[in-house]
Amino acid sequence: MEKFLKSKSANYVLPIAATVVLLVLWELVVRLFKIPEFVLPAPSAILAAWSAWSGVVIQNSWVTLSNTLMGFAIALVTGLLLGFLIGYSKVAYTTLYPLLVGFNTIPKVALVPLLAIWFGIGTIPAVLTAFLLAFFTIAVNVALGLATVELEMQDVLKALGATKVEIFQKVGFPHSLPYLFASLKIAISQAFIGSVISETVASNKGLGYLIVSASSTFDIPLAFLCLIVLAIMGMVLYGICVAVEQRTVHWVR
Amino acid sequence: MLDSQLAPTGQAADQRMPILEFQEVSLEYEMHGRRMTILDRISFAVGRSQFVSLVGPSGCGKTTLLRMVSGLLPVEKGTVYFQGQPIRGPLKSVGIAFQNPVLLPWRNTLQNVLLPLEVVQPHKRQFQEKRDRYTKAAQDLLRTVGLANFQKHYPWQLSGGMRQRASLCRALIHQPEVLLLDEPFGALDAFTREEMWEMLQALWQQTKCTAMLVTHDLREALFLSDVIYVLSPRPSNIALELKVNLPRPRTLEMCFTDEFHHLFTELRKHIHRN
Repeated sequence: MEKFLKSKSANYVLPIAATVVLLVLWELVVRLFKIPEFVLPAPSAILAAWSAWSGVVIQNSWVTLSNTLMGFAIALVTGLLLGFLIGYSKVAYTTLYPLLVGFNTIPKVALVPLLAIWFGIGTIPAVLTAFLLAFFTIAVNVALGLATVELEMQDVLKALGATKVEIFQKVGFPHSLPYLFASLKIAISQAFIGSVISETVASNKGLGYLIVSASSTFDIPLAFLCLIVLAIMGMVLYGICVAVEQRTVHWVR
Repeated sequence: MLDSQLAPTGQAADQRMPILEFQEVSLEYEMHGRRMTILDRISFAVGRSQFVSLVGPSGCGKTTLLRMVSGLLPVEKGTVYFQGQPIRGPLKSVGIAFQNPVLLPWRNTLQNVLLPLEVVQPHKRQFQEKRDRYTKAAQDLLRTVGLANFQKHYPWQLSGGMRQRASLCRALIHQPEVLLLDEPFGALDAFTREEMWEMLQALWQQTKCTAMLVTHDLREALFLSDVIYVLSPRPSNIALELKVNLPRPRTLEMCFTDEFHHLFTELRKHIHRN
């Protein structure tokens, strides 16, 4: 038993077993206590919803996925540039950092109605909300990566007469990579939250919209199905970011 | 190699001219509103291919002198000359190794050693073209320090002593004329440190560079140096210039001779705390 717990397969077997146990318990509780479907649908009912609605769900999942990825991509570029700027320039840091913190504390869901007024409903507010939620994490982490370069590491290059650009290329940039990749797995989840929030408020497409519309017609199994798809999508996106991180910054110990 | 380009007047004259010269170098700075003098008109000269050590109590400004040679710290009072020219910034003919080996963790050993060639001219310009030759030079250096089989290892896979050896190779790859060593073995255990002395001596004899070592370890200074300068407590000046005339290459057995012990006692007598 102890040997199994230390083995690699335990990492897969244990969470899958827990999920199965949870689903079985869930099914039993719903059946034993005769809980109505519009309060809590049993896993079997959710499965039935999948066979009825799979086409619609898949179609809307693509919308959510593309909104998330577009928002994430814009957040990545903006976050990198901002991070380099405030990480390298003391003036930019002093000027921009308080503004960024202030902006970041605004609950982004409050911005969605405004975005909908400016850009109409649909893709644009979803992408923008995803971007707005995600870029701050990336910017702050990249800046931190640049700011924490050991002085001696820079001295090695300075003593060779390296220019500022060279010091950035050889030390600053690679040093900030682990910070960047650590932030990506958080940022992708934030982008995901952003696009779903926006879809629930200002869209007629996407999983967020589908949940709202299913709830309003009391099709609770469909709403639950969407939630489960969201959970799986979120985990896959997170997993991809972790895999990329482990491959690119394997030298971090 | 560079000597011939810089001194067409002949090897003999060049040999006699000091490669480094400190002239009335002082350093003062303000701390808690009080003016502190760290270095007080320090003057000494270092001959070409000499091994010189600076010893003294902590805070006496040994490292500061080294940083002035490297160009990392501007000389405000007095002058430091390199081959007759005042030092005003980093020099490409200087290599430096710190107590912390500061290898770049995202580069393997070989790539770390090659780093200076990617930055220092004319190597930077020729790097792509001469890559194979440079790689071979780096491999030769790594072989001298016993790291031939660790070229592809990353810093986290190396022991402290191995990292320091790689760091020395990096300091020497661009064939600097001056090698600056700031307590390079300070963080290593006693036995590893003694191994490093022998290795450093071999590297120094092979490259014929001028070496300037800052250390707290008097045996280390004696083992490696031709001349040792003892700095007094702040405001520091040179308390003693000690010539070490032990034959080369020196061996660890020499550390147990009467002559070595006599020099050690002489050195110790002149070190006073702040």
